[in-house]
Amino acid sequence: MIKVLSPGFYTTVQDMGRFGYADKGVPCSGVMDRYSAQLANQIIGNNDNDSLLEIALGKLTLLFEKQTVICISGANLSPKINENSIDLNKALLLKKNDVLSFEKPVFGVRAYLAVKGGFQTPKVLGSRSLYNGITSQTILKKDDYLQISNFIESKSLKNALVKHDQEHFTDKILLAYPGPEYELLSFKQKTQLRTVVFNISNDNNRMGYRLEGLIENELPSMLTSAVLPGTVQLTPSGRLIVLMRDCQVTGGYPRVLQLSETAISRLAQKTTGDKIQFKLESQD
Amino acid sequence: MSGYRLTYKFYGKSAILIEWPSKIDKNILNDVVLFKNKIIKNNAKQIVDIINTYSSITIIYHHTINIIYDDILALKSLYEQEISKESVQNYRWDIPVCYDKKFGIDLEELESENDLTYNEIISLHSSAIYTVYFIGFLPGFLYLGGLDKKLHIPRKSNPRLRVEKGSVAIGGIQTGIYPSISAGGWHIIGKSPISFFNSGSDEPCFAKSGDEIKFIPIDMSTYNQIESKISRGSFKLKKSEL
Repeated sequence: MIKVLSPGFYTTVQDMGRFGYADKGVPCSGVMDRYSAQLANQIIGNNDNDSLLEIALGKLTLLFEKQTVICISGANLSPKINENSIDLNKALLLKKNDVLSFEKPVFGVRAYLAVKGGFQTPKVLGSRSLYNGITSQTILKKDDYLQISNFIESKSLKNALVKHDQEHFTDKILLAYPGPEYELLSFKQKTQLRTVVFNISNDNNRMGYRLEGLIENELPSMLTSAVLPGTVQLTPSGRLIVLMRDCQVTGGYPRVLQLSETAISRLAQKTTGDKIQFKLESQD
Repeated sequence: MSGYRLTYKFYGKSAILIEWPSKIDKNILNDVVLFKNKIIKNNAKQIVDIINTYSSITIIYHHTINIIYDDILALKSLYEQEISKESVQNYRWDIPVCYDKKFGIDLEELESENDLTYNEIISLHSSAIYTVYFIGFLPGFLYLGGLDKKLHIPRKSNPRLRVEKGSVAIGGIQTGIYPSISAGGWHIIGKSPISFFNSGSDEPCFAKSGDEIKFIPIDMSTYNQIESKISRGSFKLKKSEL
């Protein structure tokens, strides 16, 4: 078991997401930054879909009541074991009664904590990802207990340090494809989408990121249709919303762009005030 | 039918969007549901999710669409294929609703705005048969067609931050039931004790596209009886085959 001594700002259990229920209105959820989560799982030999903790902006403290192997990837939230700083992207052995803590961000927004075998929290509709209204709990709370698998110590703990791609955290360019309503845009609007550097507003979370900066918009309203994580919607006010993993399954605003998987993961490491620019790639 | 001119679009690297003429129309709904069932039957293993709305289907694939146009060609020929009527059974569901003003907190506003009496509102709302077009917005939120024109009313200018689960409401030309606590800008006219979403079940929502809904007015004491039956697991929702 792992005991939550301090739950942090917004810590959730996530796997790759909840699939097969979108036509019942169920969002897919799952880790915001798939690149970092997969890295953490792979370094300790987990499956890609094993569940991890997604830790947004730190202030999380955990007491390990059982030994296990962990790996932390994604944002650098100054992780420490018993007050000693530790490396990211490296398999580490945690002993019984070790305390793992995350403090303030050095770079990035979301850190991923993988434990050997994944967190054994309840599966709901095929996934362990927490989502309000689907799972009984939405975020971690103080004094929660998280079940983990038994780990038998192996002598061959591969503790090589794996390097992550630093551009993942620094590059403002987000690769995107034309969305279903892209062709309804004027030449000027299309140019604006490619050339404007957008600031991320303070309205950014697991459901979506609202951007600052305006695009002229005279598009007619449309009938509600499907939306996906990574869909960029143009609202009547001319502001853009980038939908993220917890977004609804349908929406009524024109879908002007669709981010690539890599771009969704990169955006997940950005927050209020950070800058982004879309780079358009044709579908063919 | 299979008689519509459909458009096929790529939606990112692993999804395809199929569009019918952009209308809320029962014939289009039937064609959407028929094609959706064909697609599921023929491609179940390749598909992660399939989302249908009023006049579109979005297919999300496990694979990225590398061999451009091959997937679309396959879908086009599937649409043209005459297959004997797919055997998906649709139902009409009787949904009990208590229109007591304790629940229907916007009934008085609707009465004065639309110049209707309390009894007229209930009669208009509960005599219609509504078609389930699709599920979206929230888990288990049904998009229903068939609201009487006399009940159309613009959404509230100030949405409520908290609408109770089960609230039956009207917004614009639509009516619906909030399946969970949520913010919402629709006018609340009653409450149903029925749960439209149960994440503990493999079939979390009993209704599906093409089903029908009929609201059955109940009084407060019946509401309480049904609610306690539901909590004991002994309530059975009434349905009839379409």
